[in-house]
Amino acid sequence: MSLTAALLIASALFGLGLWGALGQQSIVMLLMGIELMINGVMLAGGAMWAYAAGGEPKGQLLVVIAMAVMAVEMAVGFAIVVAVYRARQVDLTEGLDSLAR
Amino acid sequence: MTGVAFWVFGVAAVVAGWRVFRTDSMVRATFLLLASFLNVGAILLLLGGAYLGMALLFMMTVEMTVMVIFMVAFMMNPAGLNPMNMTHQPRLAAVAGWAAFAGGAAVAWRSNFPDRPLPAGKAVIAELGTELMGRSMLMFETAGVALVATMIGAVVLSSRRSRYGQDAGDDGSLPPVLDPATGAYPAGVLPEPEASGHGHHGGHS
Repeated sequence: MSLTAALLIASALFGLGLWGALGQQSIVMLLMGIELMINGVMLAGGAMWAYAAGGEPKGQLLVVIAMAVMAVEMAVGFAIVVAVYRARQVDLTEGLDSLAR
Repeated sequence: MTGVAFWVFGVAAVVAGWRVFRTDSMVRATFLLLASFLNVGAILLLLGGAYLGMALLFMMTVEMTVMVIFMVAFMMNPAGLNPMNMTHQPRLAAVAGWAAFAGGAAVAWRSNFPDRPLPAGKAVIAELGTELMGRSMLMFETAGVALVATMIGAVVLSSRRSRYGQDAGDDGSLPPVLDPATGAYPAGVLPEPEASGHGHHGGHS
């Protein structure tokens, strides 16, 4: 267990999330990709706090803020999906390629 | 022993994260995402972040349970009985994902981070509480206000009753009526002979 190992796993999670966010057509699956990216960010933040910051409490605060960002992303993301589906009956990114109805 | 557990949780988090986009059911994908989060929470516990690890475990369990409901609502492949491949630009996505991993891995290998490990016996939870209620209270309160604003925004966005009227939630962005008292037709919208006044939009002239 080391900082390098933790950052490697965090990088893998971030890369997987980016792959999903860019490659998935469904908007809800795209949101899951973003969540996976934030998962990697939280792991990297926690590892930096534990190995490179001497346990400085601001490091934990950074992870808490990342959790809040994830909650906001999920709540607003799903609300937008519901609103878009009500208005245009689409839940794929291809259905949102223009602002005109 | 801790090192073995770390790698078990780490590999499990990555494999579960990969399977999220390789399963045929969006519900299963949600539970796989939950598994990835739970493994990262376990790693945070191993790193000494007791509060962070437990907060992540509880928060993600609840969040993913709620997400499953949305997945059932939006799932176009019930029960995952049929193969599901809803992807686009797969080559670009794969290249970007690998590039992000390679960049992060290069930073992890080549950077010379300070070697300041967490001291044994440090009261990390008490220090976090003091930080949140002390020097960083403004940041903490700002996050709280942002979450409240998010709740209000999510309710407004997902409500059937939109700002254009009780039944306009399904109609998209109808322009507002010219005279709310009489319920006159919106600007640019002429009444159809047999229409009741709802369900048609701009563009008639």
